[in-house]
Amino acid sequence: MSSCPSLLIQDLALHYGGQVIFEHLDLTIAGGQLVALLGPSGVGKTSLLRIIAGLEAPFAGSVSASDGKPLAGRIAYMAQQDLLVPWAKVIENVMLGANLRGETPEPERALHLLERVGLAARAQALPAALSGGMRQRVAIARTLYEQRPIVLMDEPFSALDAITRTKIQDLAAELLAGCTTLLITHDPLEACRISHHLVVLAGAPARLGAPIAVPGTPPRALDNLGLLQTQAELLRMLAA
Amino acid sequence: MRGAITFVVFIAVWWAITQFCPVPPYMLPSPPDVGAALLAQSGFLFENMLVTLSEILLGLLFGTLLGALAALLMAALKPVQRWLMPVLVLSQAIPVFTLAPLLVLWFGFGMTSKIIMTILVIFFPVTASLADGLRLTEPGWIDLAATMNASRFATLRYIRLPAALPAFASGLRVATALAPIGAIIGEWVGASSGLGYVMINANARIQTDVMFAALFLLCVMSVLLYTLVDRGLRKLLFWAPDDEKHQA
Repeated sequence: MSSCPSLLIQDLALHYGGQVIFEHLDLTIAGGQLVALLGPSGVGKTSLLRIIAGLEAPFAGSVSASDGKPLAGRIAYMAQQDLLVPWAKVIENVMLGANLRGETPEPERALHLLERVGLAARAQALPAALSGGMRQRVAIARTLYEQRPIVLMDEPFSALDAITRTKIQDLAAELLAGCTTLLITHDPLEACRISHHLVVLAGAPARLGAPIAVPGTPPRALDNLGLLQTQAELLRMLAA
Repeated sequence: MRGAITFVVFIAVWWAITQFCPVPPYMLPSPPDVGAALLAQSGFLFENMLVTLSEILLGLLFGTLLGALAALLMAALKPVQRWLMPVLVLSQAIPVFTLAPLLVLWFGFGMTSKIIMTILVIFFPVTASLADGLRLTEPGWIDLAATMNASRFATLRYIRLPAALPAFASGLRVATALAPIGAIIGEWVGASSGLGYVMINANARIQTDVMFAALFLLCVMSVLLYTLVDRGLRKLLFWAPDDEKHQA
């Protein structure tokens, strides 16, 4: 999916209850790149993601794709919770979007995606029978099933333990390669491992810092020198 | 097991009261007396039990269908919700039982008036439980469906309705427990058959043992019905978290 468009955010503003959450917010995510967005809680990261996803309306500004086509229907969304529906089998959860759009589900494609996240054997299981890490892997498969060029992720791995999180980061970086992706995370290590660029949203009203490029290609090894240097720089910035 | 012990203790206390307290049998017959009446009139009692059971089952069926329909309409169409919900809540201020004489007047002594009484008794818990379930869907699922370009109807069918089923099941359990009350009240006011009719008649003739026999059958029937519905709902909603399991 190297033909994925860039995501252009221009002069975006959000007011909430008469208060300015952020304004004059500009960000470009180059086609096929993964940008990680960091910042303190309550700064408006999730609101920004919801505006891009079309779930909330901005006060001012615009979000568009570089190819000029509308964004609606071209964005996949992954939240902090896996959002698997408990009444449907794993494979049915992967194909949820097809059912919701009234399309014919493609079980073979769903099974192939489950294979790629290592859960083909659990296709007929109910979500309740899976661990947190497995459930989030199913959520990745569901996101991939949508075949959307733009992917938005809101702290998708924050509820997982460190080992599981590292494994899932590798998987996500590999499978989402080529998609234009915006990832919200609280974890500087996660941001440095799997993103091409980092941006920090901070202040009141919040402003975006200049994008920081992480050297090397994601997913980076945990002992990668560029990664460790960027992580140290990022931690200093977030603490300031 | 706990149920059986409670039952035996209850019968024993009852029996002790009739043995050791100066209560005349026409006020409180002893368990053996009631057992004898139950056997002596078993055919007659069974016939009337079938009538009451039919009223309860038909009332449950139609009450559930109508209640579910009302809740779905409220979820699908905002104006229906705005107009219907206040009326429903207000209607609960009227004691439904006071309508029983009217229902008998309008729909006669037959089963129809009892079925309608049962529907009126269970309509609110059924509607309210499903409407609440449909209203309180996990917002994340609604967002997910929105990013997947789901129509309002598809979201209702594939997300909100299944998500509301556990709440609906709670409403159905309450309805199953209430339904016999509706049928019996209807029979008390005016009927030509049914366990409620048997009780009123036996009461007028001071056949207290027959009254108790009818009451016993009613209890057995209600408990069995509730147990069956409860088990059935658990089987159907195998994926829903089971509250009682957590408590035990």
